[in-house]
Amino acid sequence: MELIAERGRRVSVDELNTTKLLAHARQQAVKRKLDDILIVDCDAHHYENENFDQILPFMENDVLRQVTMAGRRSGRRSIVPSQAGFTQDMGGRVTRYPLRPTEKTDPDRIRDVVLGERWMDAMSVDYSCLFPTGMLNIGLHPQKEMENDLCWAYNRWLTERVLPESGGRMYSALSLPFSDPAECLRQVETFGDRKGVSGFMVTTVRTLPVYDNAYMKVYRAMEERGLSLSFHSGPNWQEPVFRSCNRFISVHALGFSFYNILHCTNWVINGMGERFRKLPVIWIEAGLAWIPFLMQRLDNEYMMRPSEAPLLKKKPSEYMRDMYYSSQPIEIQDRGALECTFRMMDAENRLLYASDYPHWDFDLPSTIYDLPFLSEKAKHNILGGTAARLFKLPPRNEKQRQNLAKFGNLAA
Amino acid sequence: MAESFVGKVADFNEGDRRIVFVGDHEIGVFREGGEFHAYSNYCLHQGGPACEGLTIAKVEERIMPDKTSRGLYFSETEMHFVCPWHGYEYDVKTGECVSDRKLKLRKYKIVQKGDQIYVVV
Repeated sequence: MELIAERGRRVSVDELNTTKLLAHARQQAVKRKLDDILIVDCDAHHYENENFDQILPFMENDVLRQVTMAGRRSGRRSIVPSQAGFTQDMGGRVTRYPLRPTEKTDPDRIRDVVLGERWMDAMSVDYSCLFPTGMLNIGLHPQKEMENDLCWAYNRWLTERVLPESGGRMYSALSLPFSDPAECLRQVETFGDRKGVSGFMVTTVRTLPVYDNAYMKVYRAMEERGLSLSFHSGPNWQEPVFRSCNRFISVHALGFSFYNILHCTNWVINGMGERFRKLPVIWIEAGLAWIPFLMQRLDNEYMMRPSEAPLLKKKPSEYMRDMYYSSQPIEIQDRGALECTFRMMDAENRLLYASDYPHWDFDLPSTIYDLPFLSEKAKHNILGGTAARLFKLPPRNEKQRQNLAKFGNLAA
Repeated sequence: MAESFVGKVADFNEGDRRIVFVGDHEIGVFREGGEFHAYSNYCLHQGGPACEGLTIAKVEERIMPDKTSRGLYFSETEMHFVCPWHGYEYDVKTGECVSDRKLKLRKYKIVQKGDQIYVVV
């Protein structure tokens, strides 16, 4: 068996046999005649996770047992007990989660690109901004160096392998190691000019202050390069205030919006929109219902407390309307509330369609296309026209070119 | 109204499900509780393949007379089928969307002739 040493060097070692590994311990025991003494080990361990196939069937509650066992189907074997049941797919109800490893792809191509092409073609999506899933929580890693290096590795892999393999259909806002502003700058300077890089992304599942002086050089570097800054949300059941939630629906519904609300508030109140007028800022995967809430809340309080936001030259809601928002998961249950939201956020010019595929609450383009209160221009803008202008994406056929030109979105 | 052959009764074990295509109609046929039920395979949410996912009993919560909860359990009497796209759950006996029972999948009539099952479109 080979172990990995420095710089990828492989070292050959014998396969593990516990008795052989502890041969010298046996020698010590013999030398000291320890067999003659009663010895009690008050703390030893086993890896029970290697036995979950046997343990989990003993769970008493049928529902919890189903959710936990279904969460371990093919390819998702490990369970961290403190995260048991934390399955977005609701015990396999969203079947593409447990079935994912069974989907076959051409072994000569990068799997993620092939899978991406399949869902993009099915939905008639021309370009997709690719974001990670597990890496969204990298900001929770206690070691700054690890966050830095994992972001670096991921960003290199993406820009050197994945995006080129996609032939331009995939682009990305790369992961920023936000815990280390100097490293953020290095990665913006290194990766910012690479093909397919539209900007950089900060996962909002963290509490670092986006207005800290240490970040200004990072935002400046992005603005100078014509890059965008995305804030992508996520769930976090370990967040102290969410520990009282006993169902994932609660953590998800509140958490995604909460983290974007937090950072958007800090961004607006600290006048970042004044300091970086040319930096496109995008708020991702928090849905849309939080936008009218925050606009109303901040405007009302700002009118009474302007001394606490001295950089602002207009109301907070106007700064929010200068920014962009991805549509998913669009809250479609109250059409009137949605229409009001679209008006308040200037959706025609600020809303960007997003699927979030393959996650459990993805949205098809029809969620935008079928809205009865939208004009043709608004539909075209939201589905892709605004993004085409922002990220200089060219049409892929003549009809698209005509539509982009018709609605003023032809930028490449 | 035309009758389209689905299969033989013996081909359907309890809990089985089959998708049949009749013209533009995609229909999920379920055998549940000894009965056959047939519904449109287009989810009322975003049009996903509503009948092609997991079938699973309804999750209920046991509330005691003093209003305390004694946890979740699976119903012994109500079976659902779940759209694999987003998890919309439907009652297999009625086609109602469990989260909002005003929403119902189109139900198709099933006719049994001898040992053969037909769906009426």
